[in-house]
Order: sequence, then structure tokens, then C-alpha cells
Amino acid sequence: MIAIEPPLALLAELTHRCPLRCPYCSNPLELAGASLELDTAAWKRVFSEAAGLGVLQVHFSGGEPLVRRDLVELVRHATEVGLYGNLITSGIRLDADRLRALVEAGLEHVQLSLQDSEVTSGDRIAGLAGAQETKRRVAGLVREAGLPLTVNAVVHRQNLERLDEIIELAVTLGADRLEVAHVQYYGWALPNRDALLSSRDQLETATAAIEAARARLAGVMTIDYVLPDYHAHRPKACMGGWGRRFINVTPAGKALPCHAAETLPEIHFPSVTEASLSEIWYRSPAFQRFRGTAWMPEPCRSCDRREIDWGGCRCQAFALTGDSGRTDPVCALSPDHDLLAAAARDAEAASADFVYRQHSTTSRGLRELVSASDPVR
Amino acid sequence: MTEMGDAGRMGQVTLAGDAVLRFAPHVRFRFDEVRQAWVVLAPERLLLPDEQAVEILQLVDGNRDVDNVVKELAGRYDAPREVIAGDVVAMLKDLVDKKVLRR
Repeated sequence: MIAIEPPLALLAELTHRCPLRCPYCSNPLELAGASLELDTAAWKRVFSEAAGLGVLQVHFSGGEPLVRRDLVELVRHATEVGLYGNLITSGIRLDADRLRALVEAGLEHVQLSLQDSEVTSGDRIAGLAGAQETKRRVAGLVREAGLPLTVNAVVHRQNLERLDEIIELAVTLGADRLEVAHVQYYGWALPNRDALLSSRDQLETATAAIEAARARLAGVMTIDYVLPDYHAHRPKACMGGWGRRFINVTPAGKALPCHAAETLPEIHFPSVTEASLSEIWYRSPAFQRFRGTAWMPEPCRSCDRREIDWGGCRCQAFALTGDSGRTDPVCALSPDHDLLAAAARDAEAASADFVYRQHSTTSRGLRELVSASDPVR
Repeated sequence: MTEMGDAGRMGQVTLAGDAVLRFAPHVRFRFDEVRQAWVVLAPERLLLPDEQAVEILQLVDGNRDVDNVVKELAGRYDAPREVIAGDVVAMLKDLVDKKVLRR
């Protein structure tokens, strides 16, 4: 039995509301409306409990965290309890006054998303006219505020050909770090896989471009590169292993070992409104479910990499095979590995049309029903 | 030093003996009461320095240059400076490349 270490980081998904509609959003297909979100007091309690549990960094995420009117208050509280705060944002709605307030509240770092280097394509992928121009403005504000800036560019078949331009734009924006991440196929990306999945040729060109840029930009901008699972032979150590390093809290308060874990149907994830983070981390069946190596099937169980990749990603195993307890099909030793090549072949023949992230029509219909029956309105 | 998350990589920045290093803005080197261990918190990075690395980082104060960090440690361990220098410079240079430390 491996001793359970305290978590290192908390991903705080403050809201699912977002002005952008990126078709690879990692949020679940069933988005939580504003009325379901944890309130200010509940989030503050979560941050206090996280710090007490040993969490060191908090990532304020969403959706778009700036949509929360209490964001400055939440950042201040997280700072007061000793957490290192990172804002993961699209930049939309960020102005100089709000940023100044966030810095004064103790925010340490901003990660700004970038959909493309090219304006028309950037706005199209974001699903919002003017989104691309906002990135330039916001990057400037972050630099003026003296905060470190990371640009996060999600790459896929529809923007990979401009990777060099994306890298140059990140330099122009004054980024200290650029994260180039190939789409991971969970959440909204999975139904859009055929429109987004890159080919092996595109991947090899991109990887070479990254290596060249790293050499060229050493000391100017560091580049982190997240490889695409679908062209890999060994799985990633997803979240550093289930329940080993990360804890994720959804807008409605569910505690998850990773942001996609709610896609796994047979697990009951506890809510922070019902139990403390410490109880959830150390004792909940959900966090024990795939922790360590005892749950593993072959070929993982006897593999000498079982404590390197921890069996890969449970959500990917479920998404591709329907069984969350199987070896991640990304592993070349998995009996399901050929599913990835089949997906890549399907995507090559597919069109570039994708479905934007959106709140489901059912919940929209319900909201309309409620407002229509409200006599005040 | 254990780095959680991102993979390190080779940089091209050189590090002279008279370079005076300090922690970059918004990098926090602090003691964590829960783990009873020192940690380095930085944008998108989390470093868990071992005992040796902690000793080196505690000497990074914005006043001492790299030569003086080496001299101090060589004195503490009664070891030849060139032996200490190799490890110390390699670690500091790596942290400059990662923008955890700066001149």
C-alpha cells in the first residue's frame, strides 16, 4: 500500500459560464448554470480546507473565472490562507482596474488562452467576434501589472499549420511561458474529434517547430509542449496519478480527481458541501477508486512503468472502450490500442465543421419557463 | 530537486561566477508546515528541493554572487570548491533557464 500524500494543487472551476465557445472545452457536456454555483462563503471554506490539507497552488479556472463578481474576494482569501494563485482566463472582461484589484489581492500569475495567431480563425474557434483582439490588450495589461504571463495555445488540425506564427505572437505578447497543448479528447473535444484531430505528419512538423523555437528562444520564453495522446505509444501519467497530486472542485461543488472524471458513470463523487476536502481526499471511495496500483488489470499490473504512468487516463479508457478500469488505449501494450489509429483515419476524411460549446437546450428551456412564469418580470 | 509537472530542458544561458541571483518576482520559496519541507512556488511550476538544494537556495539572497555561494558551501563541507561548483552552477543555471531565478 502506497502512503497517500497530500494534494499539491487545487483546480477551482468557479463557474461554467464563459463568453467563449471553444469546441475543445474541457468542461462537461452538461454545463452547470449560475444558480448551481457554490457561493462566496463556500469557496472560501474550500480554499481554507485546501490549504490545511497541504494544497500549495490554486488555479482559478472555469468557464471564465472573471464572470464571478466575487473573484477578487476569493483571490484575497486564497492568498490569506497561503495559496499561490493562478488565473486561467480567456481575458474577456478583464480591464486595468480589475487586474489591479486582483494583483492587490495577491494573484501571482495569469495564464491567457490563445485560439490562433490569425484573427479570423481565432475568433471563429473562440466563437466570439473580437476575441483575438482582446488577447493583445489583456497581455499588455498583465505585463504592465508586472505579473508573469503564460500563453496557453491549444493546437489541433485547424491551427497547427500556423504554429510558428502562434509562437511568434506569444513572444510579441510578452509571454514568459508558452504552453502548446494538443487537444485532449474529453468534454466538448470528444464529439468534435473528427474536426480537430491532427495527423501524424502534422504532429511531426509541429514537434520539430517546437524544438527549433526552444533553441531560438532560450532565455526569452520557455515553451512547454503537451503531446497528443492519439499518436503516442505510452500513456501520460494523467494528473500525476488518480488522487495523488490534484483535486478539482466543480462549479456546483463536486470534488474530482481530474476535471473530466464526472464522465465516469459508476462513481459517486462527493460534494464539498457534504464533506471536508480532507475527508474527501483521504477517505472517499471515489478518490480511492483508481489510486495506486491495486486496481490495475494486465498489462499494467506487472508493468515496470506502473508507478510512472499509473495506468494512464481513466476517462480516456472509458471514452474509448466503455470500461474505466481498462488500460489506457494510448499504451501500445493495450489490447485496444488500434482504436486510436482508427480514430485518426476517420478524422482525416472528415470535414472541419464542429459543434460549439453551449448550455444544453433543456436547461435553457427550463430557464425560459421559469422567467415566463415569474410575475415580476 | 524534484519537479512536479513540467519536464526540464537544456537552456543556452551561461552563468558567470560574478552573477548575483535572486528569486524572480512572483516566485515564492517558503516552508510548508503540512509537509515540514521547503517548497518553491512559481508560475505553472512547483519544486520540492532536497536538503542540498534548500541549502543552496537559502544562499540566493540578491547579494552573494555565484562564486560566493560556492565558497560558503565549500567552507561548510570542507570540500574543494571545484567539486561544489559543478553541482551548484548546474542547479542555479537550470533555475535561471526556468525563470525561477534571475540576475
